Amino acid sequence: MATVKAPKFDDVKVGDALEPIVLPPISRHQLALYCGGSGDHNPIHVDIDFAKKFGFKDVFAHGMLSMAFLGRLATSFAPQSQLRKLGTRFTSITWVGDVITVSGKVTGKREENGEKLVDLELKCTNQDGKDTLQGDATVALN
Amino acid sequence: MQLDKKLIGHKFNAFTTTVEAGKIRLFCKAIGGENPIYVDEEAAKKAGYRAIPAPPTYLTAVTNDDPDKGGLLRLLNVDIGLILHGEQHYEYLAPVHVGDKITCQQQVMDIYDKKGGALWFVVSETELKDQNGKPVAKAKGITVVRNPDAAKK
Repeated sequence: MATVKAPKFDDVKVGDALEPIVLPPISRHQLALYCGGSGDHNPIHVDIDFAKKFGFKDVFAHGMLSMAFLGRLATSFAPQSQLRKLGTRFTSITWVGDVITVSGKVTGKREENGEKLVDLELKCTNQDGKDTLQGDATVALN
Repeated sequence: MQLDKKLIGHKFNAFTTTVEAGKIRLFCKAIGGENPIYVDEEAAKKAGYRAIPAPPTYLTAVTNDDPDKGGLLRLLNVDIGLILHGEQHYEYLAPVHVGDKITCQQQVMDIYDKKGGALWFVVSETELKDQNGKPVAKAKGITVVRNPDAAKK
């Protein structure tokens, strides 16, 4: 992938959709990698015996793994150096095998502290059309 | 199970950790994506960064590198199997790169319950500063605690 080039502030319109990302199915291997990479060692995401002991049918994805997908979408729209905020609510559990689509749209344009800011709505949605994350981001554009 | 609201305001010990290229590489392998700036220093510099930048949510790996890991759960006396992540919000104040030494300090901001105590919510904020003492980010998280007593009813 080439280096991300940000759109111009004046070219962005409220309602513009970001190019969605469709991810490969969540795998146990991915959760193991994320456990190590993120330093979130909660066994509930990698140890099925532990997950069952606490009432879950299986291990499930770290919320922060899905939030990283929101980060990928935001930084595909504008370079990371222009990202000012990223936030999310985790609205439902992401299970092994789920196919997540990351989508977003422009919800606002404003100026603050001399910066031209664009607000984005970002979300992760599973194969059944259910939102797993409802997030937002703010990027600065020229 | 009931959480102690007197813990609101509790400040954890600050700790400092160095942002490492190898760990960012593993993080990026886990989250996918192909942007070379996170794995290739030359690509990062070409894109205008002084070194490999930490991806936006890599800050979670920074704050997880606490030598006193699990401090929040010990303070609350909650089993790790009972928690879920409710919300997470980052405010980026300055870029974080490989080689930066980041000091993190977490504070409990609020504790409340919903559904008659079936779920408890713990709001915490972490301030991240670089080696020069400059604030680089603020992280706000909401941890949800499932009340095992409520499930038995």
